Amino acid sequence: MKLNGDLIMDEQKKQNNIRNKKSLIECRGVDVFYGDKQALFGINLDIGEKEVTSLIGPSGCGKSTFLRCINRMNDVIEICKVAGTIKIDNEDIYHPDVDVVELRSRIGMVFQKPNPFPKSVYDNVAYGPKLHGRILHKDDLDAKVEKSLERAGLWSEVKDRLGEPGTSLSGGQQQRLCIARAIAIDPSIILMDEPCSALDPIATAKIEELIDELKDNFTITIVTHSMQQAARVSQRTAFFHLGKLIEVGDTEKIFRSPDHEQTEAYVTGRYG
Amino acid sequence: MSKNLSIRHRAEKRFIAYGFISLILAATMLATIIGSMIYRSIPAYTNYSIDLEINMTEISAEDEFEDINFRGIIRSSLFSFFPEVESRSDKRKLFKLISSSASYTLRDFIIENPSYINKKFYFNVLFTDDSDIFYKGYVDTSLSESERRLDDQEVAWLNELKNTGRVKNKISKNLFLNGDSREPEVAGFWGATIGSLITISVTLLLSFPIGVLTAIYLENFAVKNRITDFIEVNINNLAAVPSIIFGLLGLAVFINFFGMPRSIPLVGGLVLSLMTLPTIIIATRSSLQSVPPSIREAALAMGASEMQVVFQHLLPSALPGIFTGTIIGLARAFGESAPLLLIGMVAFIVDIPSTFTDPATALPVQIYIWADSPERAFVAKTSAATLILIGLLILINLAAVLLRKRYEVKW
Ligand SMILES: Nc1ncnc2c1ncn2[C@@H]1O[C@H](COP(=O)(O)OP(=O)(O)OP(=O)(O)O)[C@@H](O)[C@H]1O
Ligand SMILES: [Mg+2]
Repeated sequence: MKLNGDLIMDEQKKQNNIRNKKSLIECRGVDVFYGDKQALFGINLDIGEKEVTSLIGPSGCGKSTFLRCINRMNDVIEICKVAGTIKIDNEDIYHPDVDVVELRSRIGMVFQKPNPFPKSVYDNVAYGPKLHGRILHKDDLDAKVEKSLERAGLWSEVKDRLGEPGTSLSGGQQQRLCIARAIAIDPSIILMDEPCSALDPIATAKIEELIDELKDNFTITIVTHSMQQAARVSQRTAFFHLGKLIEVGDTEKIFRSPDHEQTEAYVTGRYG
Repeated sequence: MSKNLSIRHRAEKRFIAYGFISLILAATMLATIIGSMIYRSIPAYTNYSIDLEINMTEISAEDEFEDINFRGIIRSSLFSFFPEVESRSDKRKLFKLISSSASYTLRDFIIENPSYINKKFYFNVLFTDDSDIFYKGYVDTSLSESERRLDDQEVAWLNELKNTGRVKNKISKNLFLNGDSREPEVAGFWGATIGSLITISVTLLLSFPIGVLTAIYLENFAVKNRITDFIEVNINNLAAVPSIIFGLLGLAVFINFFGMPRSIPLVGGLVLSLMTLPTIIIATRSSLQSVPPSIREAALAMGASEMQVVFQHLLPSALPGIFTGTIIGLARAFGESAPLLLIGMVAFIVDIPSTFTDPATALPVQIYIWADSPERAFVAKTSAATLILIGLLILINLAAVLLRKRYEVKW
């Protein structure tokens, strides 16, 4: 009986792309609706700790929607309804007792278009620590800002212009500023939604390098339209199609020998 | 292709020319209005007066001020120029040439400077508006006596006085420092200006916070449902309601129902607030909407609460628009007279108001009152007050431009 049950569990896990390794984020049967329209269908996906997971798939398949479920940014959209469970560190983040503000203070997010606040470079980075009241002393704050900018690979470029508005930086610098802003709150998770789509190849390369370094300390989930980028920066890749999770696995496997034909068609560029 | 291009270029040139012509037309019209105002206001800034020799030697310091016959002293000083005038009626007519305010100004002067008692000195007293107008050359003596304000006798006296060399044309301090008066030579717009400023302060203090908070609530916190939709439609509607309706409302609610006094700036400010609120709410909402949603998302994703998003991000970026809207609303309220007429701020008020519960009038209402007065001298005063109103409006709008520059956010 017991053995049989385990077998069934194993079979289910395999089907639902669930790994046996310890995961930080566990999603089970996540459905998302925009009004009457369903955007995600029963997503089961585990995201491992301190690794980079990339979400790929054709436009409109629900990658951003899924990403926004993880820090509950979908709550902001009135017509959006989320069903199913998402656990971070075994805590159901959609439980009524969960404080969204506290949840988001543990998760950094980087958007497709760089969106620094119309404040100085310094204030952009200091915003999160000040907001959550974690750092009270000016010296500590200065150190935090420097460290975050350092980690985002921006310190050497902006150390003399901390007082200038963040919006006066170049596009690539702005995006790294947004990354610095996100890591300044010491999140355990960083979500990135096509962070390089507005950048040139050099700026993109810098950010990819950065992601690679950051993965030692952060759990990173990145949405990307570039197969090469997914292959370069991520350890695991999840392929979405029409609101369904088709396949998830080690990046190498997804790009070399995916289980599903659709995945193969997409990663080799034969899709559509 | 090249033909098409040249057509397009010509169309563009034509368009620019049309634009330039309209600009010139608008500028000319404005210049004409302002120019004619300035021209017509010129007589208002000065007033003819005469240095009378005041003899107070017969008065001793022990006398009470109430017992001193200042009127008599001035009369005898004036009559000393014309020893031939004997009859009572002629004397009365002669005395009417100078302002009836003369004895009061002399009394006030003596109260302030009691050392002049026992002395002989020269004291400057104003002419009445009719004499003043005559000296300024606005009385056509070729008309028959019945068609002008001064008869031949009076004209002769005035000319004679002028020949004494004691008549002067001085800047009219009264115009700038006094409240209203029945005597044009004494009336000034300071009372009305202060009344306007107090009223508009009340309006600002009430409508700015209420309007901005309402807009923030509607924009960021209110649940979208039938009721909020209904409120929204009504706010937009209120912005288009004629101002006199707000006056009627103020009369019915604040004065008749709550029993507040008439003619006070507090009620005026309340009424104008009602009128200004919709403008501020609409301006604030649209400036809040014009803040890029990506900023809001960024802040929310950093873990800011809705209120922090509003006060740390949306509001600072929306400030220039909010200021502009508020000042446009206030400028409109500042130039408004109809609602104030209805709540009694049209009363004849001589004293300068100093609190928001002192009876007061407002500049636009003062203009209305003067424009409605038959005396020739009030025509010039009307123009002068209008210029002051326009000047203050320019200052208000300048403040709007400066505030916008100061708080402008660069994206
Ligand atoms: N705010 C919204 N309101 C209604 N429908 C939405 C909204 N956001 C997304 N959708 C719908 O949900 C589906 C998934 O959208 P999503 O933005 O997640 O796609 P995506 O995979 O991120 O696409 P892309 O690669 O183009 O960014 C789409 O069909 C989209 O039309
Ligand atoms: Mg997307």
